[in-house]
Amino acid sequence: MSDDIKTTTPPSHLDLDTPEAALYPKQAIPDETGGRTFLDTNELILNMGPQHPSTHGVLRVILKLDGEKVMGTECIIGYLHRGVEKIAENRTYAMFNPYVDRMDYVAAVSNGLGYCEAVEKLLGVEAPPRAQYIRVILTELNRIASHQLWLGTHALDIGAMTPLFYTFRDREEILKIYEKYCGARLTTHAFRIGGCLYETYDGFEEDVKNYVKYLPAKIDEYEQLLTTNRIWVERTKGVGYLSAKDAIDLGVTGPVLRASGVKWDIRKALPYSGYEKFDFEVPVGENGDTYDRYLVRMAEMRQSLRICQQAVEGLPEGPIMAKVPKIIKPGIGEVYHSIEAPKGELGYYIVSDGSTQPYRLRVRPPSFVNLQALDKMVRGSLIADVVAVIGTIDIVLGEVDR
Amino acid sequence: MDETKKPNEKIPEKPSTFEGQNMAPGKTGDRIEGKDPAKAPAEPSQVPAQDPAAIEALKKEAEIAKSAPPKPPTGAAPQPSKPAAAPASAGATSDAAGNVKPPAAKPEAAPPKPTGPTPQPWDSEMVQRFKQRYGSGIQEASTYVGQPYIVVDSSIARDVLMTMRDAEQFDYCVDVTCVHWPQREKPFDVVWILYSFPRNERVRIKTMVAENQSAPSVQDIWTTANWLEREAFDMFGVKFEGHPDMRRILLPEDWTGYPLRKDYGIIQQDQKWVQIHLGIESGQ
Repeated sequence: MSDDIKTTTPPSHLDLDTPEAALYPKQAIPDETGGRTFLDTNELILNMGPQHPSTHGVLRVILKLDGEKVMGTECIIGYLHRGVEKIAENRTYAMFNPYVDRMDYVAAVSNGLGYCEAVEKLLGVEAPPRAQYIRVILTELNRIASHQLWLGTHALDIGAMTPLFYTFRDREEILKIYEKYCGARLTTHAFRIGGCLYETYDGFEEDVKNYVKYLPAKIDEYEQLLTTNRIWVERTKGVGYLSAKDAIDLGVTGPVLRASGVKWDIRKALPYSGYEKFDFEVPVGENGDTYDRYLVRMAEMRQSLRICQQAVEGLPEGPIMAKVPKIIKPGIGEVYHSIEAPKGELGYYIVSDGSTQPYRLRVRPPSFVNLQALDKMVRGSLIADVVAVIGTIDIVLGEVDR
Repeated sequence: MDETKKPNEKIPEKPSTFEGQNMAPGKTGDRIEGKDPAKAPAEPSQVPAQDPAAIEALKKEAEIAKSAPPKPPTGAAPQPSKPAAAPASAGATSDAAGNVKPPAAKPEAAPPKPTGPTPQPWDSEMVQRFKQRYGSGIQEASTYVGQPYIVVDSSIARDVLMTMRDAEQFDYCVDVTCVHWPQREKPFDVVWILYSFPRNERVRIKTMVAENQSAPSVQDIWTTANWLEREAFDMFGVKFEGHPDMRRILLPEDWTGYPLRKDYGIIQQDQKWVQIHLGIESGQ
């Protein structure tokens, strides 16, 4: 670089992309080593996490930034890897059941349902109707609880603090129902292979009915705080856009897929646990952005309440456990069964060699697959949106890493 | 949280899977017999003559079966030899309890024989088309408990998967994973679980690959396969040909060993890695 050009360095306040900057010769940018008079435009690699409050656990995202603009991301995961699939191979079918609760620990009941149903499929048994209804009630309550936790933390990430207190207040009631039902609040281990272990407690129906009556007004309250809130709308509308085509290509499921306009819910498409008996809608978004994903989840909570109501009103009498041999020993074969977990398609692929332990148990985690869409969703947006998008995917690192 | 277990004692039937003491031996036997139509003609009358010792033996036998080298998936043939050997020991323990009835242990202690359904041949239009196109490359098309799967040769796997998406509308790749069968010549099953939104169908495509053979990557067919293949590589060491970024994903990059292989023990760790990175002698 010659000396005469250096004298024509643009003033420091000028952005290099503006028309004014173009008046100055390009060579005027000082070289790497010296003579720097203003901020340069090198790409910046920024490390976000694993200890970062908005990563909801131990997620590390490496961001490539150009100023505030995200040029690319890379997720580093596995900090919470416990080898769940390896553990499964060394436990009997019944012994492995509590482990699945530890994957998506905010939706432990759903995990248990998926696992029990997969093994039941392998055994060729079906849970009796009463057990199915109890399962549906608890799973739908779990979906609400999971969405409430998501909403609270997601809103907190974006800057709204109040929803967190509201949602946790209402989630508490669900956890109380769990506690009364099975003694545990979070990692419930509520179901067993073949049905449910526990009969409902006295007043269970009452509790669920009360909650179904109680929550709609509270959901209105959440919506009042956020849906038309200017800051919320500005921070979420058009942020983290994902088209339907990309969503399918990326294998994204659950509310993220539905917000992109794909009306697909395993409860409707491939019903399990008697979901075909219930009347409910599948909420769908249009724009595939963070705001639509928020709306879809809010609508889903209302639909879950509808299902709960129908299930608790039609709760049949009868046994809660199918005839399952004490020693669970499925035949040689393999099965893939998936359910609509709060986060998306949660699948179990179990290969049995005819022994008491699974020969191979693969968990198809919705969070893991959905997280892969992060790069697509944040590329080209601002760094602050990364926080919003991580929140909107609704990941649980326990499930991502397993 | 443990102390708050079971608040309501309306437990109808405690499935105490491992406490054999309250197991009515005859009842257990009946149940297993009931589930096993193939086994029914084999001396069902002797079942009630069971005792807890034999159940203990059964459990032991199950342990042995697990620790023994696993069988290949289609290995229905080698099955009878194992039950025949194991019940002998079960019978011997029964003797200790006073009853001399070595053959009685046989029907109870034999359940390693497949009790469930068997794969049925699957014949659909799609399979017909594939068979027409690839001939013997389609090794098997079956359903098991109503779930269809196709086993294809690894050389045409990518082509088949491409056709699945483009011609058969399987637009969603649910999962890519592996299964390790160390006894087999080609020890790895690579499994693609596909779903079609328009058809509302789920199909598994399977292929077998040898130890140092790579499986075809479908990352460019379904982007979702990117991480799934990385995880399969991480856990099994199966490389996916054509993947742009074949690195470990869950484990540290400099970890040695592939944990989901059958020869990798459950408490096995990369001690060297643990010592270097965690500064402790052992991870145990």
